[in-house]
Amino acid sequence: MNVQLTAADRAAQGDNLIPFAMPITGLLGAVLGVLLGQLVGLNLVFGIIVGTVLGAGVAFVLCRYLDYVPGRWAAIGGLALLGLIFGGIAGLVAGAVFGAVLGWCAYWLHSGRYRAGVPPYATPGQVLWHNAFLLICGLILFFLIAPILTIIPLSFNAQDFFTFTPKMLAFDPDGYSLKHYRDFFTNDEWTVPLWNSLKIAPVATAISVTLGTLAAIGLSQSHVPARRAIMAILISPMIVPLIISAAGMYFFYSRIGLQGTYWGVVLAHAALGIPFVIITVTATLVGFDRSLTRAAANMGANPVTTFFRVQMPLILPGVVSGGLFAFITSFDEVVVVLFVGSAGQQTLPWQMFTGLREQISPTILAAATVLISISIVLLVTLEFLRRRSERLRGLSPG
Amino acid sequence: MTDATAQDAMITADGTPLKVSLNRALRREKLRALMLIAPLLIFILVSFIFPIGDMLIRSVQNGMVSQVIPRTVTTLEDWDHTSGETPSEEVFQALTRDFMIAVERKDHTRLGTRLNYERTGMSSLFRKTGRRVDDLGEGYTDQFGDLDPAWEEPMTWVTLMGHPDWIAAQAAWDGEGAEPSFRLRDGVADVLPRTAEMYAAFAQVVQVEDEDSPTEEEPWHIVYASLYEDLQADGVDVTSLSAPILTAALEGSAAFETQSMRDGFIEIEEDWADPEVWGTIQAFSSPVTAGYFLKAVDLSLTPDGVEPVADNLTIYVELFWRTMWMSMTITFSCILLGYPIAWLMANLPDRSANLIMILVLLPFWTSLLVRTSAWKVLLQRQGVVNDTLVAIGLIGDDGRLALINNVTGTIIAMTHILLPFMILPLYSVMKGIPPSYLRAAKSLGATNVTAFRRVYFPQSVPGIGAGSILVFILSIGYYITPEIVGGTKGVFISNRIAYFISDSPNWGLAAALGTILLVVVLALYWAYDKVVGIDNVKLGG
Repeated sequence: MNVQLTAADRAAQGDNLIPFAMPITGLLGAVLGVLLGQLVGLNLVFGIIVGTVLGAGVAFVLCRYLDYVPGRWAAIGGLALLGLIFGGIAGLVAGAVFGAVLGWCAYWLHSGRYRAGVPPYATPGQVLWHNAFLLICGLILFFLIAPILTIIPLSFNAQDFFTFTPKMLAFDPDGYSLKHYRDFFTNDEWTVPLWNSLKIAPVATAISVTLGTLAAIGLSQSHVPARRAIMAILISPMIVPLIISAAGMYFFYSRIGLQGTYWGVVLAHAALGIPFVIITVTATLVGFDRSLTRAAANMGANPVTTFFRVQMPLILPGVVSGGLFAFITSFDEVVVVLFVGSAGQQTLPWQMFTGLREQISPTILAAATVLISISIVLLVTLEFLRRRSERLRGLSPG
Repeated sequence: MTDATAQDAMITADGTPLKVSLNRALRREKLRALMLIAPLLIFILVSFIFPIGDMLIRSVQNGMVSQVIPRTVTTLEDWDHTSGETPSEEVFQALTRDFMIAVERKDHTRLGTRLNYERTGMSSLFRKTGRRVDDLGEGYTDQFGDLDPAWEEPMTWVTLMGHPDWIAAQAAWDGEGAEPSFRLRDGVADVLPRTAEMYAAFAQVVQVEDEDSPTEEEPWHIVYASLYEDLQADGVDVTSLSAPILTAALEGSAAFETQSMRDGFIEIEEDWADPEVWGTIQAFSSPVTAGYFLKAVDLSLTPDGVEPVADNLTIYVELFWRTMWMSMTITFSCILLGYPIAWLMANLPDRSANLIMILVLLPFWTSLLVRTSAWKVLLQRQGVVNDTLVAIGLIGDDGRLALINNVTGTIIAMTHILLPFMILPLYSVMKGIPPSYLRAAKSLGATNVTAFRRVYFPQSVPGIGAGSILVFILSIGYYITPEIVGGTKGVFISNRIAYFISDSPNWGLAAALGTILLVVVLALYWAYDKVVGIDNVKLGG
């Protein structure tokens, strides 16, 4: 990427290398130096000095003598080499990261791109605030995403620990293994619950989707008596806290002999999934052109044919995404199954829950990583369906 | 042409007036819509609404005392516990009968467990009494036996009490198939009401519980005791039963030595002399009780009325408050963290905003258990967070922070889990605020701070409201996360409900706590509906 400086940028920039970009990059280098120094047990002052010198040096060399792309690579390569000499493989990686960060920082400051988000007349204070705000947002996003991403590498731990071992930090291949995954896919303790989950969720989803779609179509008709009351009842499983649903179902299902049976769990999960189907399908039907069904009827199609040939293909994205919501609700659900189910219906989340509560086995991290992959697939599918639905309904050019 | 004539004139092709035809079509349409909705509505009613209703009923239901010991409850009505005296002999006689039947049906331990919620020691009292109650009244059996050994023959009783048809059927029964169920002889219930009742109960227990024949079993002692009571009653006339043995017993029993059931009970367990025990039975004998609800707010229903429980035993009010303030803290943290992100998304070009949206939706879509286990792993004393802090020297190795199994753990994990529910509504509100308003404010001379405070923030308040209610509702009903990362101090009311369902069963109290929580949540939803409208609930943007 070539940074094209505009006239305004140049004016703002002047030649700020010595008084601006160098000291700040040096400061960043000092902070990183302290952190790394602590990590490997170096002297505090030594860390600060080395970090500052490296930061300022990188800024000076890059901004004065190199273009953006070669400059970035030179910083990464140079510091990685330095790391390799002093710290082996781990040092190589740390050096590369340092180089990337310092190089980016130097160019970002020197080229004036730090002002890109604010108008040209903004005061230095406003510019500082703007960038601090971006930093805060970055930290919040880090808080949001880091816990999930951290457990992925942890699941490849060769030891039964829940933290990064020194070997893992040194990127030693011996520190990593697939043994937790092997355990997850071969141990009965995990395969049986996984299989149970796969037996329960699709059946519950099928019930939710069939009944939910029919009802959503009924609700979208123009003359429905007591529509709000019906809607409130149908949405209620989503509103009532799960523990209360679980308690009620436990009491009632043990009265009628469904407690601890496969069908008891399926019914309970179907009920929990229905609001999602109702909401998504109703939302899709809002954009549905009723004259299409009238046109079909006009041309001699009976209601069933009309539904399957005209209405269904158009609302299908909504139905499928409702179904996905219902599926994930059942697949993820633990509170209700804990009470309504018995040992024979132990699902994957149940197994994870008892594992977390009693004795936590690292296999849980493998299970979690598998589930994360499933959620990513589902998220992508849903996004795709949403776009397709909007395109079909002509809401966006797609 | 007037309106009336115009309507008269409007006729459809098949000759019916248009209005009728339209009405019919409308009715048909309504019916069709309802037919489409009906299956789901029935499904939800059966699988969801009935269970909730069942829970509501359970929170006040209290039929057990009057079901298991009905005679005692009736005779106890006149007794006043403030008199400080044990109830009369009559009550103890009724209790003996009830207890005998309850023991045979094994109901007395259930009742003991139920009453133990209200007064500790009741469970062991009932259990202990249950083991020895069948000895009560033995003196009468012996005295009747001394009078005429025929009284100890099961057949004596069968001919005296049984209906001739039943006796014949029972004699013909060969032990295979269904046993003919016992029928009382005509008229015996009028002459000997207590004896007839007890003998019928005895016969039923023998047939149903033991699967034996009453013709081969000697009746319980309490049947003899009842016979003695009946014979001692004023104006009893046994001639209609035309049983010589009974006539002889009527004369002979006058000389019997009376056995006190009261002394018998007190001998088994001294607590039966305690008016407080009886007061508890009396206080919980009504079929509907507010006792569970009172308990759920740290009050207790005692024989003397409603009283607060001892200070060292109050837990629920504190738990409700803790649930509330922790939910508020979580909500506030969500606002604090969610507002900048929503602002950023609303003010970035679509492409970058979509990228951030994915970062927000990924946790939203990840399994709750995964996120909770992530926090459990990260926040441990030897976990990644503590390790990192130690490694970069912020804390010493011996000063590792206790981040889990306490309030902190619950708040961190739940803020993370519920943050997307705050960001999404905030984002959809902020997206609708035209950026030109802020520019206009600034060009009119407002500083950045003023423009934000006076122009932007007030317009984003509906989003804060919607997100806050949503997060708050979700968090006060949370169970899984507090259970795993909350330890003992960081748990919510829902954990207590779960505890009373499975670990230490007290379903009535669980139902009462659940009902209170449900009412709070429904009230909040009502508010949510007023602020945002339920129809505007969006899923994943």
